[in-house]
This record gives sequence, C-alpha cells and structure tokens, in this order.
Amino acid sequence: MTRYTPLDYIGRNKPVWCAGCGDYGVLTALFNVFSQKKIDAKNVAIISGIGCSGRLPDFIKAYGFHGAHGRALPIAIGVKVANPSLNVFVVGGDGDGLSIGAGHFPHAARKNIDMTYILMDNSLFGMTKGQFSPTSPCKFESGSSPYGTLEEPMDPIALSLIYGSTFVARGYSGPSKLNDLINLIRQAMEHKGFSFIHVLSPCITYNKVVTFQSLNAQVVDIDEKHEITDRNEALALALREEKLYVGLFYKITKPTFGERLITISEKCGKRGLDIERLYVNFT
Amino acid sequence: MPTDYVIRIAGESGEGIVLSGEIVTLALSRSGFNIFTFSTYPAEVRGGPSMFQIRTGANRLRSQGDSVDILVALNDDACDENLKDLNEDGLLICDGTPEKQLNSPFDKKVINCPIPITEIASKEVGVYRCKNMVVIGALSNLLNIDYSIIESVIKEKTSRKGSHVLEKNLLAFKLGFDYAEIHKTKPIPYNLGPIGKSEKLVISGNEALALGALMSGCRFYAAYPITPATDLMEWLALELPGVGGVVIQAEDEISALGMVLGASFAGQKAFTATSGPGLSLMVELIGIASMAEIPSVIVDVQRGGPGTGMPTKTEQSDLNLALYGTHGDASRIVLAPTNVEDCFFQIINAFNLSEKYQLPVIILSDQSLGHRKESIRRPVMADIKQSKRLRPGDDEIKDYRRYGLTPAGVSPMAIPGENAGYYVAQGLEHDEYGSPCYDPENHLRMTAKRFRKLQNISGDINMFEKYGKQDASTGIIGWGSTEGAVRDAFERLDAEGYGVEVFYPKVLNPLPDKAIRNFLKNKKTILVPEINYTGQFAMLLRGKYLKQVTPLNICGGIPFTAKEIYSKVRELCNR
Ligand SMILES: Cc1ncc(C[n+]2csc(CCOP(=O)(O)OP(=O)(O)O)c2C)c(N)n1
Ligand code: SF4
Ligand SMILES: [Mg+2]
Repeated sequence: MTRYTPLDYIGRNKPVWCAGCGDYGVLTALFNVFSQKKIDAKNVAIISGIGCSGRLPDFIKAYGFHGAHGRALPIAIGVKVANPSLNVFVVGGDGDGLSIGAGHFPHAARKNIDMTYILMDNSLFGMTKGQFSPTSPCKFESGSSPYGTLEEPMDPIALSLIYGSTFVARGYSGPSKLNDLINLIRQAMEHKGFSFIHVLSPCITYNKVVTFQSLNAQVVDIDEKHEITDRNEALALALREEKLYVGLFYKITKPTFGERLITISEKCGKRGLDIERLYVNFT
Repeated sequence: MPTDYVIRIAGESGEGIVLSGEIVTLALSRSGFNIFTFSTYPAEVRGGPSMFQIRTGANRLRSQGDSVDILVALNDDACDENLKDLNEDGLLICDGTPEKQLNSPFDKKVINCPIPITEIASKEVGVYRCKNMVVIGALSNLLNIDYSIIESVIKEKTSRKGSHVLEKNLLAFKLGFDYAEIHKTKPIPYNLGPIGKSEKLVISGNEALALGALMSGCRFYAAYPITPATDLMEWLALELPGVGGVVIQAEDEISALGMVLGASFAGQKAFTATSGPGLSLMVELIGIASMAEIPSVIVDVQRGGPGTGMPTKTEQSDLNLALYGTHGDASRIVLAPTNVEDCFFQIINAFNLSEKYQLPVIILSDQSLGHRKESIRRPVMADIKQSKRLRPGDDEIKDYRRYGLTPAGVSPMAIPGENAGYYVAQGLEHDEYGSPCYDPENHLRMTAKRFRKLQNISGDINMFEKYGKQDASTGIIGWGSTEGAVRDAFERLDAEGYGVEVFYPKVLNPLPDKAIRNFLKNKKTILVPEINYTGQFAMLLRGKYLKQVTPLNICGGIPFTAKEIYSKVRELCNR
C-alpha cells in the first residue's frame, strides 16, 4: 500500500447492512485504526463468524475468512499460529460468539493468543431476522420468544475476564463514542495477547428494546481512577447492574501463546529433520 | 513347515501384555523377521481381556493369520478363552506347574509347557507385575529367540522406569528362560533364531501416518484426543516441535479442524486426525473447506459405531460419512490406505492432492490398521515428492480472482502476509473474486468448478491396485485395510487353481470409474468384503455401476482373517 487514509481500506464489496446499523460504527473504527497505524492490509487477517456482523470482512481491504457460524476463533488461532506476524482480528455477533460458538471463547482467551476479538452485540440474531440471543434481556419479546424470554442474559465482559483474556474492554458504536471505540481497538491491537472488545452495536431493524436511544442513556465511561490491572475490580465493575460501563476494564501482560510455543520448541530442542533418528523408534 | 508363525500373548488388561508383545516384536524384527501384529484390548483403562498377537516369518506378511501356533496365557481365563484358536499341534504356555490340570481339558495334540508365571514373578522376583517378563523369558527359550537381542530390547524399553525396575525385569526374564530350559520335556518345533539383520521398520498404521505427515512437510497438527487416533497425536506432539512444527490440543474436533483450516489459509500444510465421533462433528467445516477451497487433510481412524460405539474395535462404517458427510454438494477426495506402508504413502498423497487441488482430503484408516504393526521398507526422504499450491503471479494480483474459473478448476491462492492478494476465504457461494453471489448461473458454474478439480487426479496418483486373472469370472472388490486378508486368500485360491481377480481402489472419491467398470464387466460373481453391517461400499457399487454384487459383511469389531475370505470365495465358486 502507498496511501493509508481510512478510505484506502474500503473493501471491494459495499456493506449489505441496513442503513443505520450499529455495525457501521465498528467498520468505520477499523478503517480509522488501520489508517492511524498505517497498517499494510496484506498483513491483516479478519476472521468472522456468520451473522450480519460476520459479513464485515467483505467490506474491508484485508485478508478475510468468512467461515462457519461460531467457528471464527479456532480458525483465527490456526491463522495466528501459522503466521505470527499477521495482525489477526475476529469479528462476530453475540449469537455467534456466545451461543453456537461459546465453547471456543474460553479456550481462545486462556491461550492468550495474540489477536483482537470484537464481539458486535445487538442483543439478538440479526441475520435470521430477529430472534433472541444470549445477551437479550430477560422477558425479551422477539420472533422466537413472542411471550418473552425465560433466560437471564450473559455478561460478555465478566465471562471474558474469568476466561483469562488479558485485555477486556467495552465500546459503543454510537456516534458519541466512535472516537473512544477507535482508541479501544487501537489499544487492543497494540496489546500483546488476547484482547476482547464487547461492542454495543444495536440492530435498528429488529431490536426495539436495546436501541441507540436506550444505550445513549445507559452508557457511562469507566472512571479514570479504575485500576485496570485488578481483575476483581474489573469484575465488580462489569457486574454493576445499574450502569453499562464503557472503556477499558482490564489489561495485564502475560506470555502469549506464541511465546509459550517457543518454550516448547526449546524443551524439545531443534533437532531438524533427522530421519534416521526418527527411525530408531521403529527398529 | 509353514513359512511363518503366529504367537499370541493373552491375559488381562494391566498385565503388561502390550509391552511384552512389543518387546518380542522388536526382538524378532531385529532377528531379521517380518512382522504383522494384531491386538485386542478393552476401552477401559483397567481390567478386561487383552491380547497381543505377532505373526512373524521370513516373507512379507499381509494379515494377522488364521489361527495361533504359540499361545501364551497369563491367567486361566485367558487360557480358556483363547484355546479354541490354537492349532492342533500348537504350543501352549500357560500359568502353572507341570502337574496343573487345565480348566478346560482339550483333546488337541498341543505341546503343553506350563510355566508358573505368577509364582516366579511374585515369589522369586518379588514383583507380580513382572509376569510379562517371565513370559518373554520362556518364549525366548522355547522359540529360540536370541537371548541377548531380547535383553537389549528390554533394557531400551524399560530402563526409563528406573534401574530397580530394569533389574527386576531382567531377573524375571532370566528366570522365565531358565525355568523353560529345565522343564521342557519335548523338542519344540519352532526356531525363531536370527536369520539376518533387518533393514525394515516395524511401525503401526498411525505411526506411519504421522511419520508420513512429518516427512511431507506438514508442520501444523490440531486434534482432540480420541481412541484409536490418539497415539498419532502423541507421536506428533513429541516430534513435530523438533522440526519447527506445532501440535495443538483443541477443545473439540470442530475447533481442531477450524485451526487446521486457519493454518492452511495462512499457508501451512496442516492436518487433523480423529475417529468417527470426531468426524461427525467436523462435517460442517469439511463443507466450508470444500466451498472456500482450503487445502486440508483429515484422518479418520474408524472404530465401531454408531454413537460412542466400540472405541477399541475396528470397523469400516464411516465410508458414507467420509464420502457424503456435510450438507450441500461438497467436493472432496477420500483415500483408503490398504496396509501400514500404504498409510505412509497415502498421507503424502493426501497432502499433495489437497495442496494441488485446494480441497479437503479424508483418509479412511481404521483401528486394526492404525494399531497393528507391520514391517515396512525404510522410506527415503529423496523419494518424497511435494506438490506446491498454485500461487497468483504479480500480474494476477492486480485484479485478483481468488476463485477464478480455470479449465482445471484450480485457481491461484494468495497467502496473507505475502502480497496484496486480499480476498475473503468465502463459505458463502461467491463469484470469482470471493464476493458473495447467489445468481443461479453462478452457483452452477462454481459448483462445477469445484467438482472439475476431481477430474484430473488420476494423473497424480495410483488410483487402484489390481491383481489376478483378468478373465476370471469371480472378482473381489473391497477397500482399505481388508486388502491384506484378501491378498492372502487370493494367493491360496490362485495356487489351488481358482480364477479370481482382485480390485482395490486407493481413491474412494472420485472412484476410478473406468477401471472399475472394466473390472466388473465380465465377472459373474463379485464379492465385496467389508467390516460393517450395511455394506456401504457394496451399496455404492450397485448404485453407481448397476451391477449385482455379493456383500460379505462382518461386524464384530475385529478384522477379517484370510480364511474367512478364502472359504467364502470357495463356497461361491463351488455353488
Ligand atoms: C450451524 C448454523 N446454524 C444456524 C445458522 C443460522 N444463523 C445465521 S446467523 C445466525 C445468528 C446470528 O446472530 P449473531 O451472531 O448475533 O449475529 P448478528 O446477525 O446479530 O450480527 C444464525 C442462527 C447458521 N448459519 N449455521
Ligand atoms: S438486521 Fe439489524 S444487525 Fe442486521 S444489518 Fe440490519 S440493522 Fe444491522
Ligand atoms: Mg447479534
């Protein structure tokens, strides 16, 4: 690449999202982060799940992998381990990451694999036209819950903290917080380890409960005095029910999966391809 | 005199059966003999009957043998259970003194050589667990297996457990040897003394797959443990890091294949191995690999199914899953190695085909093939050819069509980090650029492209193996690990003047249609042996080639013997 304005990262496909969808905020934020950091798009791999949110790689100039519903994290782990010099992003929805793919989240986090996972949360299944999701509020009425949901919602920030993510943040794709979202994604990208950003990204078409309006009234910046290296404090903040905090909850440094893999090869020793040595096992 | 012998060591899981079998196996191999092992063991960690069988001889061996020449029983139950398989004039080594009366008296002329295995181990050695070493000592003496060769194998195999253990093992071995020497009453008609130095490897099907993967340049393996594929993972976990590779234990098989696809997308040769339940979980991503055209290799070491089934037993019942598993029309290649040496070559084929044609390649092995050891020729690195992925040139990058329509169906694949060939590996139907596209003509065009890739592979590998009389009216056609028993049966039938032709496709998808049609054409009777209940391959042959076939199915978790095939063919011929 020779130019690095946000417009230089526009992909070959026009977004298919509804006009006004929260996901545009995330896309815009990514354009800006790449521009600010003058990232060469050839070194970026964006892996996505299935959903409205999962369509994002089509709209951005970078390598992408639009795979199966809920399986973006394992695919991304393969990419990062195979080529550690790539900037790896995972994007997907609340259904993708917390319902069908929920089993992969803890294992990606506890590996502390060096990548950024952006969960675009609209509190429902947008793609399939408005069924409730794991983050829908209790009693949420939707296509598949006409009499209201029975389950309590999951808390992505609390889960991510407990799973072992070393960078945990919440952003909001509303215009008022777009700059903060850009900053969070940039910091997440710079962070060495598994960075998780929970982005409140409303579905304007199907969600009549969690909306830009409702979120504007709910979101509060995390206090500057918050100690980001204290996991208990971060957890307490996440679990406060009366407020929806946005900002950086938690950030610590730990060896990444890639760094840990190096310790394995050290223990094993660089033997090279010594076929005769391998054959000793069989003779 | 027969040209080979079958030794069976039987007992209970936990009595060290496998270790004793492995020691004797290696000692015989070092004495210049060929090996073919067969073992059964329960899925549970402790308890339950277990046995290790070694067929050995100067010539190449292809099946486990029809019956037992030398039976070693570590306890009375094992003796009762296995006696029926012992030859009329076989040798029996059971646990007891010469006065011992067997629970189940027999009228065979067997040579009975009781050895007080338990007593020697617990009283004289002082370690009950050394029973297996006593047995090895007795075998060494009675079969004339070289003492010092066995001794050094015992040292190699058990010195890791500490000098105390090794000392006890060697003592037990010596006491077993001496007891047999003093107490044998009759001359023993077996001589397995060294006949030369073996240049061969004794290796299992799973090990051959792992070794072949490593030698074909694979440096990424992800899997979730499952019997009977786990040992493949454990071998790679030990060896792959030494050559700069990575082994990841994933949280499940979906994740394992996901990681493989990610690694391959990023340019690495990658694979995973599993068994039926894992393959069931993988099928969605197999479709993604097919649609997004990601080179990938998946090994299925089949076991008894369905459900959790019989984890330690063999079966060939995943054929349909491998051929058709996943929704939609998903092109893939399915390979079926027929023996341990073939496992080595088929995984190299698998990597080459998947890299060249950018699609998933499934290898169908099974428990019996995965776990048995055979003597194979030493593979030479220089003989291994590696296919490269088609990459876009600089001119192609400018207007890069990842899924460009080409005559052969293969389009150049850019690799992240290397150049500006940005594209989205696309699980949705897409146009040449990888942009989602649902036009009716496009879906047809793209599906045809993905299947077109299958048309040319006959130029890359040997699609099948065929032997026997071309004009024979009786044919045997099967797939995978049953080939050895069929070959043994064929040789016997051939020697007796029965005209039989045998056909084994190595590639089950796409099948070598022309060759199969030719083979089927003038046959009156076509036997299709399979280790499954429903005759999945027989059904495929009938449907595809509109030819009546005679299925021969066994479904007991153990492989065919040559005798079963032989008898069936004779029965059909003499009808
Ligand atoms: C295995 C499988 N099951 C179901 C679907 C259908 N499906 C597609 S997207 C989706 C839910 C998407 O919700 P979410 O992840 O929250 O993404 P959003 O569309 O809200 O951004 C579902 C159920 C699918 N594609 N694959
Ligand atoms: S349906 Fe909702 S989530 Fe999907 S694009 Fe439209 S607004 Fe966005
Ligand atoms: Mg959603």
